[in-house]
Amino acid sequence: MRPFKYQSAATVKDAVGAVSKSEGSKFIAGGTNLVDLMKEDVERPAALIDVSRIDLKQVRSEGDSVVIGAMAKNTDTANHPLVRMNFPLLSQAIFAGASAQIRNMATNGGNLMQRTRCVYFYDTSMPCNKRERGSGCGAKEGLNRMHAIFGWSDECVAVHPSDMCVALAALDAVVKVEGPEGKTRDVPFSAFHRLPGDDPTRDNELKNGELITSITIPKNKFAGNSYYLKVRDRASYAFALVSVAAALELDGEKIKDVRIALGGVAHKPWRARKAEDYLRGKAPKTEEFEKAAKLELADARALEHNAFKVPLAERAIVRALRQASQ
Amino acid sequence: MTDHFEDLHEAEELTADEEKLLDELGLEGESRRRFLGQVGAAGFSVFAMQLIAERQALAAGEVPIEPAAERLPLENSVKVAFNVNGEKRSVTVDSRTTLLDTLRERLDLTGSKKGCDHGQCGACTVIADGRRVLSCLTLAVTCEGKDVTTIEGLAKGETLHPMQDAFVKYDAFQCGYCTPGQICSAVALLDEAKRGEASYVTETTGNRSAKLSDDDIRERMSGNICRCGAYPNILKAIKEVHRGEETAATWNFAKPGLLKKEVGDETV
Ligand SMILES: Cc1cc2nc3c(=O)[nH]c(=O)nc-3n(C[C@H](O)[C@H](O)[C@H](O)COP(=O)(O)OP(=O)(O)OC[C@H]3O[C@@H](n4cnc5c(N)ncnc54)[C@H](O)[C@@H]3O)c2cc1C
Ligand code: SF4
Repeated sequence: MRPFKYQSAATVKDAVGAVSKSEGSKFIAGGTNLVDLMKEDVERPAALIDVSRIDLKQVRSEGDSVVIGAMAKNTDTANHPLVRMNFPLLSQAIFAGASAQIRNMATNGGNLMQRTRCVYFYDTSMPCNKRERGSGCGAKEGLNRMHAIFGWSDECVAVHPSDMCVALAALDAVVKVEGPEGKTRDVPFSAFHRLPGDDPTRDNELKNGELITSITIPKNKFAGNSYYLKVRDRASYAFALVSVAAALELDGEKIKDVRIALGGVAHKPWRARKAEDYLRGKAPKTEEFEKAAKLELADARALEHNAFKVPLAERAIVRALRQASQ
Repeated sequence: MTDHFEDLHEAEELTADEEKLLDELGLEGESRRRFLGQVGAAGFSVFAMQLIAERQALAAGEVPIEPAAERLPLENSVKVAFNVNGEKRSVTVDSRTTLLDTLRERLDLTGSKKGCDHGQCGACTVIADGRRVLSCLTLAVTCEGKDVTTIEGLAKGETLHPMQDAFVKYDAFQCGYCTPGQICSAVALLDEAKRGEASYVTETTGNRSAKLSDDDIRERMSGNICRCGAYPNILKAIKEVHRGEETAATWNFAKPGLLKKEVGDETV
């Protein structure tokens, strides 16, 4: 690991000020992603500003929404009564990720900002446009079993690894960020992460020095009919091959509203809007779920080793919707 | 030959302290001469000086905690104070040092193990402020003021923590490398269950005080990998402590009585 200066920030202002002032500075929260990447020499910050002690750890109700603090731990968020009651989908998604130890350390802000697990990104002896712009993409022609089937570009075919973010995408969360001079802005979840396009070095729309302060989730009527399904190489403690966050609002024999988001398939949590549009007003029946899933996957573009993800995602959508409808 | 040693001894006078040290080492007469001949009286003086200085420091209560490490130049040194197993510790570390390396290399607590060093195996699991965490992904500087419990802090004197007892009873290990992490993890799991925390395989909205199922314990322990595959016995050990469910142990340490086999009149 390369040497760095360390400083603990007490307030958002201190943290934002410290990072926006010096080029190579980075925030550190739980450290579960950043410390790992620093050991691998992928991240090389000159200074770390510790934001984990900033008082943004609450989960609270605010009008028609629940606001979760950026520094709250994943474990505390998933177990909070407000989250378990209103958004069991989010609790499930968080519990599906990593291990108990890691969830105890990981913060909500850090979870949104975690970087891809693409092995070429991690291996500094390999080309990777995300790590070093213009060096090439090792995965595109290399081993790409774990990679994207939606929204990739020739520059990068990586996927976003978070489970929590898949649920937040389905729940139409809003990310609150604060930048220099106390400027705040609200970023809708679907506009927070980005597709790689011609600059995969940028995972999301956060600007340098901006700190995520909280995530707002509007209350909804999905709590009784939602399910987070994660398909992986082993039963626990593995990143998703494909995951599905499914939520239904039923009105008698009809689907009044529906949300479907996929993980493990794109550079950002993938909202299955085609499937959603098809299902609104239909009956919550397996045949309809199958039609919707097929429609969504029609646009998928597989790479050399991940063609299996297309039928897998299709079936996973159907299974998650069936589970949610029960 | 003997004369030569004699010469050395005579040629360089030893101080009273050095004489005393040689006495304490039990070196007298011939063996003392032989020893001095091998190290040389000058060499012995250097050794004696260090030892005597350390003893004086000890007597004066100035115990150097980390003599060697403290002398190394640290690029970005940060002082951090936290409690380890109920004791206040204060160390100056390079900002890069992980909690795991601090425990092992600076505080002489080598129970926590370095497996993958990337958060993937759980061997370095310790309990910080009541929560199990990975010490390999925790920077020591972030631990200011925290309470850290390691495997060394679980037993009360000679009495093992019930989870340690259960691991022994059910032979919940083979090589033992992952065991400190497994046990710290399992101890924290008990509290998580008591607090009604959920997991991916529990109903997130259901009964919060229910006892954990086998699958639930497995899921909650998935962050601790055991390459020997002692999982079935780890599960049994945790079940016994968490659910009070005793299973007949299939294995146990032999007690002295068991080792003695009556053969005629003799005991072998
Ligand atoms: C072995 C292993 C397995 C894992 N498995 C899974 C899994 O299955 N599913 C899953 O979803 N995740 C998984 N994870 C990832 C884990 O969830 C993330 O590492 C964690 O959420 C990151 O949070 P953190 O607080 O530790 O972030 P840090 O490591 O502290 O920071 C990560 C990044 O976020 C930035 N940052 C942190 N906080 C803020 C903020 N408030 N505003 C702006 N930027 C910020 C930092 O500058 C840094 O760049 C796994 C991790 C490991 C090590
Ligand atoms: S897929 Fe993206 S992260 Fe992986 S090697 Fe290619 S550019 Fe790098």
